[in-house]
Amino acid sequence: MTIVNDAVDAVIVGLGWTGSIMSIELAKAGLKVRALESGPERTNAEHVYPKPADQLGYSVRQKVFAKASKAALTVRHDRSQTALPTRRWGAFKPGDGVGGAGVHWTAVLIRPTPTDLKLKTFADQAYKPGQLQDDLQIQDFPVSYDELEPHFDFFEKVCGASGATGNLRGQIQPGGDPFEGPRSNPYPMPPLQDTLNTTMFAGVAKKMGYHPFPNPSAAVSGPWTNPYGVQLAPCNYCGFCSDYFCLNYSKASPQTTILDAVKRMPNFSYRTDSHVIRVDLHDDRKTAKGVTYIDDKGQEVFQPANIVILASFQFNNVRLMLQSGIGAPYDPATGEGVVGRNYAFLSNGNATLFFKDKNFNPFVSAGPTGQMINDFSPGTFDAAPFGFIGGAKLHSSQAGGAPIGMSLPAGTPSWGAGWKKGIKDWYGHSMKISITTTCMSYRDNYLDLDPTYKDPYGQPLLRMTFDWKQNELKLQQFLRDKVLAIVKELGPDSYTESFLKPDAHWDTTSYISTHNVGGAVMGDTPKDSAINKYLQSWDVHNVFVPGGNAFPQNFQANPTDMLGALSYYSVKAITEQYIKKPGPLVAA
Amino acid sequence: MAVPNGASRRAFLMGSVFALPVAAIGMRFLGAAEAARLAAPAIESYQPVFFANDEWRFILAACDRLIPADDVGPGALEANVPVFIDQELNGSYGKADNWYMQGPFDPNAPALMGYQLPYTPQELYRRGIRAVDAYARQTYQKPFTDLDAKTRDDVLTKLQRNQIDFAAFEEPVLKASAFFGFLLTNTQEGYLSDPMYGGNRGMEAWKMIGFPGARASFLEWIGQHNVKYPLGPVSVLGERA
Ligand SMILES: Cc1cc2nc3c(=O)[nH]c(=O)nc-3n(C[C@H](O)[C@H](O)[C@H](O)COP(=O)(O)OP(=O)(O)OC[C@H]3O[C@@H](n4cnc5c(N)ncnc54)[C@H](O)[C@@H]3O)c2cc1C
Repeated sequence: MTIVNDAVDAVIVGLGWTGSIMSIELAKAGLKVRALESGPERTNAEHVYPKPADQLGYSVRQKVFAKASKAALTVRHDRSQTALPTRRWGAFKPGDGVGGAGVHWTAVLIRPTPTDLKLKTFADQAYKPGQLQDDLQIQDFPVSYDELEPHFDFFEKVCGASGATGNLRGQIQPGGDPFEGPRSNPYPMPPLQDTLNTTMFAGVAKKMGYHPFPNPSAAVSGPWTNPYGVQLAPCNYCGFCSDYFCLNYSKASPQTTILDAVKRMPNFSYRTDSHVIRVDLHDDRKTAKGVTYIDDKGQEVFQPANIVILASFQFNNVRLMLQSGIGAPYDPATGEGVVGRNYAFLSNGNATLFFKDKNFNPFVSAGPTGQMINDFSPGTFDAAPFGFIGGAKLHSSQAGGAPIGMSLPAGTPSWGAGWKKGIKDWYGHSMKISITTTCMSYRDNYLDLDPTYKDPYGQPLLRMTFDWKQNELKLQQFLRDKVLAIVKELGPDSYTESFLKPDAHWDTTSYISTHNVGGAVMGDTPKDSAINKYLQSWDVHNVFVPGGNAFPQNFQANPTDMLGALSYYSVKAITEQYIKKPGPLVAA
Repeated sequence: MAVPNGASRRAFLMGSVFALPVAAIGMRFLGAAEAARLAAPAIESYQPVFFANDEWRFILAACDRLIPADDVGPGALEANVPVFIDQELNGSYGKADNWYMQGPFDPNAPALMGYQLPYTPQELYRRGIRAVDAYARQTYQKPFTDLDAKTRDDVLTKLQRNQIDFAAFEEPVLKASAFFGFLLTNTQEGYLSDPMYGGNRGMEAWKMIGFPGARASFLEWIGQHNVKYPLGPVSVLGERA
């Protein structure tokens, strides 16, 4: 027997970054809101100093991440292969529980550029027909930078964003990113302090004519009270950030910026250990009547709701849409259908530079610690002669210094006395120059439901079909040259490098980033998108789908600033238009 | 009972570990103070909770070569790395609680597809140890544990390079290199993780490399570039070294 809950105005599936934003804004508008979170409760009190200062527990054994036992996907490189499950996390590692991946993210909070959001328009102008791969499926975002700017601005205030302003209302500012879109306000807080590697990198980059700026950070550089009245404490550079729960109440997370405020609202409630298995549709399939979930006792519960917000992370959102019959599934053979279409990821690469005489003290850092250049993003340089579209953040970051898995110079034995001597001689004496790249979307990189493997709820796993394309491999080779030129200027005693080889296939085992995008993209027409500019399903108008799924392809910036801005943009349309007159907000 | 130092101490550990009276102690789920006290038992008084006796001796013998003792810094045995491995295997890691372990399995999947074996780490260690011992008995007429250091190094190198055919020792699915990979990864984890997990005894490995452990507060240090950090490590449970 299915249990039926009291009805709510809005049910939020997933209480990570986007779910928390939607929750508080809908609750502020007076709606009765209930969030259903698949994972456990996670509070600051459980992760007080010094508990998170534990590399094995948090980073290696991933104690605040989703468990693959429950949340695995299957992966393969192309349609001819049988996909296999991610039995342990590899290239990406999603979050679960209250706060989602927002509890253990690195907190680099950076906006995409105006060009990133109109990439197809840019491509049509900057490239001749036939210059790019013909299976490219890139699209413009259906919103412009200017439309989103107030929402970037607000989300950055929620997070206490700490950075150097590069473009204030059209005026280029020294020390910031001259290629960023215009900001209506400067960063709320000054940038984090530099470390040795970041000053070395920035010095050389400047000398080479680039435009370095501090990584924009959502670990706050000073005390901050956000627009919800929640306070963050100055980052103490503890060195346990990316992969860890913040032990100092300094890293913006749903917990430290939103949840304490929304939990006080009587019209908001949430349930943990409540895993949504489908959205239930009315017979006409034009609206949803609520969602069904499995509660902490293993019972099936129906939650009636007038509005359903899927905020369960990019690939979970896509999976829930496929399971619920929201939108037509994508078929790569015919190019028809939209749900699963345009899955994209990102690549990274780096050089590790070893300096015997320098102490980098890598344990002294915030997750976002670093300097970067945006001189190689679409539109800031001419990639057409190289036959690719795209770019990268090129940066020297120092996200933490815990020793398991530390970098060692080439030739160091992997075990034995030589390894021990290696770690003794080289711990704390290396820095990295890295790239985090764009990734385009292609006809046959896509998502669908796996025919074989099931999760503990008996639901099919999501199947990811993805591989590198020539465009991204050329981009890597181009950027490798740029990185190695900087390495040469820095003059280390030695260096190692890790970039994609021209014939590389996607390595599902080694971590890249949890910046998965696409699969239920936003667009101008239901022909090539699953959701409209307000993240509203074209097919089921009371379902909204905030998440990386909305990106038609991936830009070089980290995704979460965009996710925050899109969520605020969407929720404004819901509260100002949709609840007054439910129906499609954009004519199909 | 006096425990000798250096090389003879290691010989002592490996030879006589089971002759000693032991207290069966699980180190997890204890109060902080109690756990701190128990966090670093001498390895010879440690009763393994997962490994059987000959398996335990194998782990001691292997760890002793993966991170040997010398004057550069502590060896894996001085750092209680085997205790760490035993504890990890006995817990949720050993049981692969968090891994997706539903079939079908394709153990011949390409390496880029990640871990696809049907074994939990517990099973993998049991099978790996048995196969290596079978190889050692066939090749040297002795179990791995009884081989001299040089020969153990040779065997470990062969494992790493996948030059021992486990299939010939009734292990058709598990590859030598996969077993070696777990052994090495877990050994290095035990050497460098917080002592509350059983290894990194006395935080000697952290002292050797200059990692300050769980200090985790560096506001007054962030502005000081290229200066060696002067303080020793602390642990999550509050020990100092
Ligand atoms: C290690 C790491 C570092 C990162 N660093 C950065 C960075 O520096 N900058 C940046 O911009 N981004 C970064 N990210 C990405 C960032 O964390 C995500 O973009 C962001 O958290 C996504 O927000 P979301 O709301 O879409 O998903 P999440 O925050 O992950 O929240 C989704 C929630 O939904 C829940 N859920 C899933 N399925 C169901 C279901 N069926 N029913 C109920 N609930 C469900 C999940 O348990 C989860 O709690 C990082 C990610 C990781 C893992």
